Amino acid sequence: MIVADKKPVEEIIGYVRDCKKVLVLSCNECVTVCEAGGKKEAGMLASALRMYFANQGIADAQVDERTLERQCDQEYLEEIRDIADQYDAIVSVACGVGVQFTAEKYHSIPVFPGVNTCFMGVTEHRGLWTERCQGCGQCILAYTGGICPVARCAKRLFNGPCGGSSNGKCEINKDLDCAWQLIIDRLIAIDRLDLYEKLFDIKDWSTDRAGGPRKVEREDVQI
Amino acid sequence: MSVKTPSKMEKIMAAGHLGVTSECGPPRGSDPEVIKEKAELLKGCVDAINVTDNQTSVVRTSSLATCIHLKLMGLEPILQMVTRDRNRIALQSDVLGAASFDIHNILCLSGDHQSFGDHPQGQNVHDLDSMQLAWAVRKMRDEGTFLGGNEIKRPPEMFVGAAANPFADPFEIRVPRLAKKIEAGVEFIQTQCIYNIDKFEEWVRQARDRGLTEKCYIMAGVTPFKSAGMAKYMKNRVPGMDVPDDVVKRMSDTPKGKQSEEGLNICVETIQRLKEVEGVAGFHIMAIEWEEKVSEIVERAGLLPRPEIN
Repeated sequence: MIVADKKPVEEIIGYVRDCKKVLVLSCNECVTVCEAGGKKEAGMLASALRMYFANQGIADAQVDERTLERQCDQEYLEEIRDIADQYDAIVSVACGVGVQFTAEKYHSIPVFPGVNTCFMGVTEHRGLWTERCQGCGQCILAYTGGICPVARCAKRLFNGPCGGSSNGKCEINKDLDCAWQLIIDRLIAIDRLDLYEKLFDIKDWSTDRAGGPRKVEREDVQI
Repeated sequence: MSVKTPSKMEKIMAAGHLGVTSECGPPRGSDPEVIKEKAELLKGCVDAINVTDNQTSVVRTSSLATCIHLKLMGLEPILQMVTRDRNRIALQSDVLGAASFDIHNILCLSGDHQSFGDHPQGQNVHDLDSMQLAWAVRKMRDEGTFLGGNEIKRPPEMFVGAAANPFADPFEIRVPRLAKKIEAGVEFIQTQCIYNIDKFEEWVRQARDRGLTEKCYIMAGVTPFKSAGMAKYMKNRVPGMDVPDDVVKRMSDTPKGKQSEEGLNICVETIQRLKEVEGVAGFHIMAIEWEEKVSEIVERAGLLPRPEIN
């Protein structure tokens, strides 16, 4: 899933302080799972904004809440077509994808981000989400024991750990696993340490961010 | 091993002599006199001088410009290049720039993570890793082509090196990792500072058993302690460093005024012991901000005079 983290309320207040009518728009997918931008968090943010306006003596300010199943699909975004025009601003607490797609669909209404979108990752346990994938567009996990050096090594090294790997941890942070320690442990566990001995070719980064904004176009599924 | 480049240090080790290198860290400013003073201290006692590339991710005068200063002084530089700050276009461009000044040695590194330096909010590049950089330089030299395939007019003639840490984890791949570097095209290795001599000797033995010391010159890295505090710092704070307790104790048990002398003694003893190890082709003396002691270490270790080779 896409993992996001909360933004400081003060920052969001800064975006909407001059608005009279604000819609806090949450998303029922990834950001709900990582407890950053679901219905519950939208409710808390809306309350904080109402409190701000009340404290400022702005009695006619109105903050509403709405949850969409997804903000990355047109059909769900259409659900607010009839009401969107009433608002001076929308604060989307979906990921950056949702914020942008909402802004694209509602061209004349300011849309502000309500969370910081962080990475594609997993829930290790409630309250701890960690990165797994950077979407480089050319998956190499078959050769690295199912552990990605692009996403999980601080230097995205392809041919083994740097000299800073110590007791299984990365040199930049003692709480961070060394990706290459994990890869080697896993290759040993699946009896494929021979994979390590092969020199990894220089990567074609044109399918990564480096190649510019990307798209996947599939004629076979287009209607 | 046959000589493949005009590098003096390559020729010295190919002739069977123990090679000696040291390093010169460029200044955090643009004063060339700082470079020249440091380099002057190393003249005549080493075969080549590593020039670090923004080490510890702190901005300094560039490695390439500093190498040119050394070259103009008649010294032989080793261009250190990290993959942290440059993509494949810039790396190859700087290799050509160095080659245009007939700089004949390169050390390929990934570089310390930028979070350790003075610009921790910066982006890192890592388009290639250190092995891929070594492979790229060998391709440029041996095939006369860029990574993109186009021909190079007057290809670089560089002796290609890399670093190795015999003490880093995971232990299972310390020697396979060396094998992989050699397969990538690495011709000489400078190791992490050695204090745990037994562990280092075991690493060299395993490398020898795989025939790796026949394919690559292993230069043992040494750094003299200036004080007991430095020994403790290296043990506890520097990632990937293996400083045994008895070495720290030896420094701590020495009275303050004599600690730097004891640090030099340990360094000289290490070199003397490792000189006898089959598969050790030379020494890389990293006297951090203590360049004035390199000539003393080299002399006391019996490595002077340096061989004259054309």
